Amino acid sequence: MATSHQAKSFTASEGGVIALLLVCVLFSLLIAAKTHDPTMAFHAWLGLAAAGIGAFAVFNGYFKRTHNVPEEIDGKPNYQMGPVKLATVASVFWGVAGFLVGLIIALQLAWPSLNLDLPWTSFGRLRPLHTSAVIFAFGGNVLLASSFYVVQRTCRARAAGGLWPWFVVWGYNFFIVIAGTGYILGITQSKEYAEPEWYADLWLTVVWVIYLLVFLATLWKRKEPHIYVANWFYLAFIVTIAMLHLVNNATVPVSLTEPKSYIVWSGVQDAMTQWWYGHNAVGFFLTAGFLAIMYYFVPKRAERPVYSYRLSIVHFWSLIFLYIWAGPHHLHYTSTPQWAQTLGMTFSIMLWMPSWGGMINGLMTLSGAWDKLRTDPVLRMLVVSVAFYGMSTFEGPLMSIRAVNSLSHYTDWTIGHVHSGALGWVGFVSFGAIYCLVPWLWNKKQLYSLKLVNWHFWIATIGIVLYITSMWVSGIMQGLMWRAYTSLGFLEYSFIETVEAMHPFYIIRAIGGLLFVIGALIMVYNLWMTVRHGEYAEEEVGHPTAVQPAE
Amino acid sequence: MSLMNRHAIFEKNSILLTVGILIVVAIGGLIELVPNFYLKSTIEEVEGMRPYTPLELAGRNVYIREGCYNCHSQQIRTLRDEVERYGHYSLAAESMYDHPFQWGSKRTGPDLARVGGKYSDQWHHDHLVDPRSVSPASIMPSYPWLADYEVDPRFIETDLAVNALIGVPYSEEMIENAVADLRAQANPDDDNVDAFLERYPGAQVRSFDGDPRKLTEMDAVIAYLQMLGTLVDFSLYDDQADVNLR
Repeated sequence: MATSHQAKSFTASEGGVIALLLVCVLFSLLIAAKTHDPTMAFHAWLGLAAAGIGAFAVFNGYFKRTHNVPEEIDGKPNYQMGPVKLATVASVFWGVAGFLVGLIIALQLAWPSLNLDLPWTSFGRLRPLHTSAVIFAFGGNVLLASSFYVVQRTCRARAAGGLWPWFVVWGYNFFIVIAGTGYILGITQSKEYAEPEWYADLWLTVVWVIYLLVFLATLWKRKEPHIYVANWFYLAFIVTIAMLHLVNNATVPVSLTEPKSYIVWSGVQDAMTQWWYGHNAVGFFLTAGFLAIMYYFVPKRAERPVYSYRLSIVHFWSLIFLYIWAGPHHLHYTSTPQWAQTLGMTFSIMLWMPSWGGMINGLMTLSGAWDKLRTDPVLRMLVVSVAFYGMSTFEGPLMSIRAVNSLSHYTDWTIGHVHSGALGWVGFVSFGAIYCLVPWLWNKKQLYSLKLVNWHFWIATIGIVLYITSMWVSGIMQGLMWRAYTSLGFLEYSFIETVEAMHPFYIIRAIGGLLFVIGALIMVYNLWMTVRHGEYAEEEVGHPTAVQPAE
Repeated sequence: MSLMNRHAIFEKNSILLTVGILIVVAIGGLIELVPNFYLKSTIEEVEGMRPYTPLELAGRNVYIREGCYNCHSQQIRTLRDEVERYGHYSLAAESMYDHPFQWGSKRTGPDLARVGGKYSDQWHHDHLVDPRSVSPASIMPSYPWLADYEVDPRFIETDLAVNALIGVPYSEEMIENAVADLRAQANPDDDNVDAFLERYPGAQVRSFDGDPRKLTEMDAVIAYLQMLGTLVDFSLYDDQADVNLR
C-alpha cells in the first residue's frame, strides 16, 4: 500500500483526547477523595478507571501504529467505521438490557412482590433505568452509529477529528453507565427523561459539544456540493438536544463533591421547562434523529430515491418549527396558564401535517419497489416502522386535544401511545438500520438469515399489538372509572378499585413486552452469526454509489 | 419553484443550516416559557405558603430518590371528579418553592397533592413498610428501609442555602439553625421546638415514625407527606378574586 510509507506523527487529536482524559483523571481523583457520598465515590473511581484506560489506549494506539491514518486509500475515502461498529454493538447490548428492564417493571405492576422489598430493585428506581436505557442507551447509540455512518457516506469523506469520534462513542456510553448505576443507587433529579444529576449532565455536555463539532467538521470535508437531507435531521437533533439539555438541567449542586443539586426553576416554570424538554426529547431525539435514519436507510434498502425533495424541505422546517411548541399539552387543566395549554394543543394538532408529510415521503419512496416488501423482511421492518410512526403521530395530536386529554392524562393510554412510537417506530426503524449496518460494517455478503428477521418481525409485531391494545383498554377504562358517578351523584369507584381493574391488562402488556424481548434476542443471535460466520463480501457491499438525491 | 431553489443555500452551508435550525427551534420555547416568569397568574403569592422545613425538605429528597413521582402526581386538575376525589384544584403558588416540581405524569397510584392530614402517621408508616397490610389490592412497592435509614444532617444547611440562592425565602436564621430544626420537628421534647415553630409557624411537630430517639427517613417522608397541600387555607382562599378570573 502506498500509504504505508507515510510518516508517523503524534496527531493533535491524540494529544487532545489524552489531555482531556488526564483532566478527567484529576477531577475524578479530587471527587473520590473529597466526597461523602458512596455512590459519587463509586462514580469517581469509575471515571478514574475509564479515563486512565482511555489515555493508555490512546498511547498504546500511537506506539502500535506504523503510519498516520490516510484520508483516502486508492482514491476512495478511508471511512472510519470503528466508532460506528462500537456504537452498533452498544445499541444492541443496551437495547436488550433496556427491553428486559421494561419487562421486569411491567411484571412488577402485575405482581408487586417482584419489587423484592429492596431499594435497588423497586419500581421507582427501575422505571427511569428502563426509559433511559431504551431512549438514550439503545436509541442514542443507534443515532451515534447511524449518524457517523451516514454523514461519512453522504459526504464521501472520512469522519473529521481523528480520535474524537471514538471519544464521542465511548464518552456517551460512559455517561449511560453513570446515569444507569446512579438511578439504581438512588441518584436522580426526578425530571423525567432528564434524571441524571449535574455531574453526569456536565459530562454529557462535553461529549455532546464534541459530537456536534465532529459532525459539522465532517460536513465541511464533504465532496458533494449539497448536504444530504438525512444530515439536516441529524444536525437538528444534535443542536436542539443541546439547547434542551442545557436549559432543563440548569442546577446548582449542593457541593462540587456531592451528587445532589437543586434546579434553578421552580413550580410552574419548572413544569413548563420540563415538558418543553420532555416533549422535544420525543421530537428531536426520537423523531428528528430517527427520521434521518428513515431518509437514508429506506431509500438505500429499497434502491429508490427519496420520493420528493420538496416534501423533504417542507417536512424538515415545519416539523422542527412546530414540534418545539407542543410541550404544554402535557399540562392541560393544571396550574399553568390556559393560553400556554391552548398553544401547546394547537401546535400539536398542526404537527400532524408535517408528521404525515414525512411518513408519506418515506412510504412513497417505495414507489415501484413495493414487491420488495414480500421478499425483504428488513425493508418490511423499515416500512412498518414508518407506518407505526404515522399511527402514533395521529394518536398524539388526538390526545393533545384538551377534552381527550382530560380522559387520557395520568392513565396507561399515555404509556400505550409512547410505546406505539417507541416499539413500533423507534424500535423497528432501529432494527431495520442495524440489520442493514451489520453486514455493511463487517463486510459480509448478507445477513445470516432473513428467515430469522422474518420471525423477529412477526413476534415483535404481535408483541406491540398486545402492548398497545391492552394499554388502550386499561387507560381508557381507568380514565372512565375515575370520572364515573353514581345516580346519586357520588364518585362511583375508589382509586384502589381502578387499580384492581387493571391487573389483567398489566399481564397482557407484560406478555407483549416478553414477545418484543424474544424478537430482540432472535436479532442478537442473527447478528452474532452474521458477524462470526457470514460469508465475506468480495467487494464493498451496499455502497457502489452514494444515495441518489431526490428529484 | 424558486423558493425551493433558494433552499440550496442551506444545503451548501452547514453553518447557515445550523443557525437556521437554532432560530427556528428557539421561537416556540421563548414565547411559551418566558412569560411564565412575569405573569401574575403564575407568580402570584398566596397566604399560607412557606418554604419547606428542613425535615420536610429531607423527606422530599427521599421521595425524589425513591422515584415516587413515577406513579404519583401532585397536581389536581380543574375537573369536577378530581376536585371531589382529591380536594381543591392545585394552585400555581402551591409549588412555587418546589425545586424541582413534582407534578408527575402518571397516576398508577392516587394523586398526593393534598394527602396531608388524610391518614394517620401510623397508617403511613405501615403503608410504606408494607402497602398491602393496609390496602390489600395495592401494587405499590414496599419501602421497609426507610424505617432503618437515618437522616443524614450533614448537608441540610447547604440544602437550605442553595434553595435560598435560587429564590426560596429561607432567612439566614433558618439556614443557620437547619440541623437543630431538622431534629426538633421530629421530637416534641426537643429544646428547640419553640424556636423552630417561630421560624416555621404552624409546622407539625411530633415523632412521625413513633420513635423520637431516632431521626429516620421514615420521619422525614411522613413529615413531608403530612404537610402536602395543607399550607393554603381554602376556607379563606378566594377563587373569585380578580387575579383568578382573568
